[in-house]
Amino acid sequence: MTKLLNLISLWALPVLLIGVLTLGICKKVPIYEEFTKGAKDGFKVAVNIIPYLVAIVVGISMFRASGAIENIASVLVPLLSKFNIPADTLPLMIVRSLSGSAALGVFSDVANNLGPDSYATKLAAVMVGSSETTFYVLAVYFGAVGISKIRYALIVGLLADLIGIISAVLVCNWLFA
Amino acid sequence: MNYIFYFLIVFSIIIGAVNGKLQDVVNSVMSGAELSVKVAFSLIGIMAFWLGIMRIAEKSGLLAWISKVLKPITRVLFNELPEDSPAIGDIAMNFSANAFGLSNAATPFGIKAMEELQEVNKDKTTASNAMCLFLGMNTAGFQLIPTTVLAVLVGIGYKNPTEIIAPTLLVTLIAFISAILLAKLGQLISNKTSICKIKNKEVEND
Repeated sequence: MTKLLNLISLWALPVLLIGVLTLGICKKVPIYEEFTKGAKDGFKVAVNIIPYLVAIVVGISMFRASGAIENIASVLVPLLSKFNIPADTLPLMIVRSLSGSAALGVFSDVANNLGPDSYATKLAAVMVGSSETTFYVLAVYFGAVGISKIRYALIVGLLADLIGIISAVLVCNWLFA
Repeated sequence: MNYIFYFLIVFSIIIGAVNGKLQDVVNSVMSGAELSVKVAFSLIGIMAFWLGIMRIAEKSGLLAWISKVLKPITRVLFNELPEDSPAIGDIAMNFSANAFGLSNAATPFGIKAMEELQEVNKDKTTASNAMCLFLGMNTAGFQLIPTTVLAVLVGIGYKNPTEIIAPTLLVTLIAFISAILLAKLGQLISNKTSICKIKNKEVEND
C-alpha cells in the first residue's frame, strides 16, 4: 500500500506532463506557442501578489519575533497534560497556520531532539503533514485577484485548522499512544 | 483584513516591548519584507511553467473534459457558479496537483481558478462565496503523501516512516470535509443576513 503511494507520488508529475503534451499534439494544438502565451502571465501574477504577501509576511514575522507564541504556549501547557498532548508540539499547533517554513522548523526540532521513537515526533509529523499554511494561501490566492474584503474565508480556514489539530491528537492517541 | 493587519502589527509591537524583544520585532519588519519578495520571485519561473502547461491543457480540451466529469460534485459544492464555468477545470487541476504532492504546480492552478472565479464575481474587492469555499478547501491542504514530513523522518532515522501516511490522510480528510461544511455554513449565514438587510430596506421604503 505504502509502496503504491510512493510510486504514485513519483509518477504523478511525469504522467501529467506526458499526458497534457501528447493530448495537445494529437489535437493539433500548437503546443510551443500556446505554452509561451500561457507562461507570459507568470511574471504578472507573481508581481501582483507582492503587496499582499508583504503585508501578511511582515505581520506574521513581527508576531513571531515578539515572543507572543511562547507566551500563549506557557499559558496552555497545564491544559495540555490533561489531554495527553506533549508540550513540545504546542508551538507547532500555534505556528502552523501562520508560517509553513516555521512549522517545518519546529517539527524538525522536535524530531531531532526527541528522536524517532517518541510520541511527540509522531504527533508533530501528522500535524505538519495534514495542513497547509492558511495565512499564506489567503495572501497569495486573494492577492492575485485583488480581493481585500475576505468575509468568512479566514474563519473557515482557522476553524478547519483547529479541527485538524484536535483530530490529529485523537487519531495519534488511538494509533500510537 | 484591516483589523487582522492592525492586530498583527500593533499587538506584536506591544507584546515585543513587554517581552523585551522590541529589537527583534523591529528587525523582523525588514527581514519579513525581504522574504516576501523572495517568495514571490521564486514563484515566477514555476508559475510561468505551469501556466504554460495549463494553457495547453485548456486548448486541447482537457480542462473542459475534467469539468464535465466532475460536474455532479462541483454543481453541489459551487452552486453559485455558472454551470459551464472554466473555473471548475482549474479547481480540479489544483486539487489533483495538491493531492499528488505537486504543491509547486498547485499554486498556479489555484491562482488561475481564482481569476476565473473573479470573472463572475459581482464585487471585485469582496470575496464571493465560491472563493471562500475554494480557499477553505485549499487551507485544509489535502494531500495523499506528505513528502517533506517523510523526508525529515527518514533523516532522523525513523524506522517505519510510512506508518505516518495513514493517520495523516485521515486527519487531512477530516479537516478538508470540515472546511467545506464550514464554508457552506458561512454561505448560508451570510446569505440569510443579506436577505434580512434587503427586507429591512424594503420595510423602510414602505
